[in-house]
Amino acid sequence: MVEKIKHTVINFISDIGTNTLNIIAMMGYCMLLFLEVVYYSKAAFEKRREILKQMYYAGVKTFIVVSIVALFTGMILALQTGLELKPYQQQALVGNIIIATLTREMAPFVTSIILIAAVGSTMAAEIGTMTVSEEIDALEMMAISPVKFLVMPRVVALAIMLPIATIYTNLLGSIGGGIVAYFQLDVSFDVYYTHVLGSLHFKATYVGLLKAFVFGMMVSTISCANGLRATNGALGVGKATRNSVVSSFLMVLIVGYYITALFYGK
Amino acid sequence: MIEFRNVTKILSGTKVLNNLSFKIEKGETFVIIGRSGTGKTVTLKHIAGLLEPDNGQILVDGEQMNGISKSQRDRLREKIGFVFQSGALINWMTVEENIALPLLEHKLYPPDEIKRIVEEKMDLLQLTSARDKMPAEISGGMKKRASLARVLVRNPQIILYDEPTSGLDPVMSSLINTIINQLKKDYTITQVVVTHDMDSAYAVGDRIAMLYDGKIIQCDEPDGIRNTDNPIVRQFISGSLKGPIDVL
Repeated sequence: MVEKIKHTVINFISDIGTNTLNIIAMMGYCMLLFLEVVYYSKAAFEKRREILKQMYYAGVKTFIVVSIVALFTGMILALQTGLELKPYQQQALVGNIIIATLTREMAPFVTSIILIAAVGSTMAAEIGTMTVSEEIDALEMMAISPVKFLVMPRVVALAIMLPIATIYTNLLGSIGGGIVAYFQLDVSFDVYYTHVLGSLHFKATYVGLLKAFVFGMMVSTISCANGLRATNGALGVGKATRNSVVSSFLMVLIVGYYITALFYGK
Repeated sequence: MIEFRNVTKILSGTKVLNNLSFKIEKGETFVIIGRSGTGKTVTLKHIAGLLEPDNGQILVDGEQMNGISKSQRDRLREKIGFVFQSGALINWMTVEENIALPLLEHKLYPPDEIKRIVEEKMDLLQLTSARDKMPAEISGGMKKRASLARVLVRNPQIILYDEPTSGLDPVMSSLINTIINQLKKDYTITQVVVTHDMDSAYAVGDRIAMLYDGKIIQCDEPDGIRNTDNPIVRQFISGSLKGPIDVL
C-alpha cells in the first residue's frame, strides 16, 4: 500500500516535471519560429497570393460569427450596465462605458477568441495533418522552408486581419449597444452617440489595435508551432489542435494584461 | 555515393539503428528489406538529412550529411529526391502544381521552361490525364507517380523510395518497378529502395540488404538473397511463421 502511494506520488511529480519541460520547450520553439517568420517576412510580397488567401479565410469566412458576437457583446454590455445606471437616471453614460470597454479590452479579446476557435484551430489541424502525412518533410526535401511557405503567410494574414476585425467589432458592438440603449434604456441615438464619440479616445483605440496585432501574430505562431510539432497521426493532430487553442487562449489573457499594464499601469 | 559509418539512432528508448555501416555505389539500385519497424524508413530519413544520428557519420557524394547547417543541408538535398510512402503531395494543389512546385519556389527556370519540364515528366509517368486533379481524387499509384515526377523535375543524382509498391495492385507495382529500372538505365541515378515486397526487391535491386535489429545481417545480389543460408533472411523472404524471427 505504502509502495503504491509512493509510486503514485513519484509519477505525479514526474508528470508535472515532464509537462513543465514540454511547456518551456514549446515556448522556446514558438519564439524561434516567430523569429524565423520575421526573417522570412521579407518574402511577403512574393507570397502575397497566399497571404490574401489566408486573409480571406481569417476575415471573410469568420465574418458572420464575428458580426453576431460583436453585436451581442455590445448589447449585453449595454443592458447590464444600463440597468445598473437607470435607477440613478445615468443611463446615457452607457455609451461612454460601451466604447471604453470595447476599444480597450473587449473588442480585441472577443475577436481573438473567435479567431482562435475558427482560424487558429484550423491552422494547427491543417499544418498538423501535413506534418504527420510527411508533406512538411517533402517540402524540406525540396529545400522549401515550411516557415516561408506555410507559417509566414498565416502569421502576416492574421496580424493584418485581427486589427481589422477588431475595428469591425468596435463598430458593431457600439451599434448593438445603441439598439439596447434606445429600445430598453430610453436613450436616443443622438445622445448615445454623443457619449460614444466623447469617450472614443485615441490612446484606447491604438492600444486595443496594438493588442489585436500582437494577438494575431501570437495566435497564428502558436497554432502553426503546434501543427509543426504534431506526431502520432490523427491522435497527434487532435492533440496539437487542442493545445493550440488552450495555449493561445491563455496567452491572449496573459499578454493582454501586460499590454494593459504597460500603457495604463503605474 | 552514400556511406553509413557506425550510425546509431535511438528513438523512444529503442536502438533503431545499431552501429550501422554500409556503402552504396554511384548508379546502383540498393534495396533495403526488413520487417516493419526495423528502421528502414529511419535509414532513408538519415540519408535525406531528415533525422540526425545519435552517433556515427553519413556521407552523401563524399560530403557529410549529419551535423551540418541548414543551408549546407539544403545544398546537399539538391542532389537527393525522396518518394514518400504516401506520396506526400501538397493536398490543396493539383497534380500539375505539385510537380511544378520545386521549380516555381526556387525560380529555377522561366515559366515556359517550367511548363515544358512538367509536361515532359507527366508524359514520362503517364500523369497527363490527372494534371488538374487534387491529390485526394487520385489513386495511390498515381500519387506515387506524381511524387516521383515532382522529384524528377529537379534532376536528382540520388532517389530514395519509401515502400514504392505498398498498397498497389500487381500491375501498378510492375509499372513502378519498370520506372525505377528505366531511370537507372537512362539517367544512371543512384536509387535506394526500402520495401518488404520481395518481388519488387528482386526486380529492381542490384544489391539487397536485410536490416534486422538495427544492423544489416546480409547484403548480396538478388540471387544471393534468394538462395541464402541465413535462417533469418530465409524466414523473412519466405514469409514463414517458423524460424528465428520472433513473430509476436
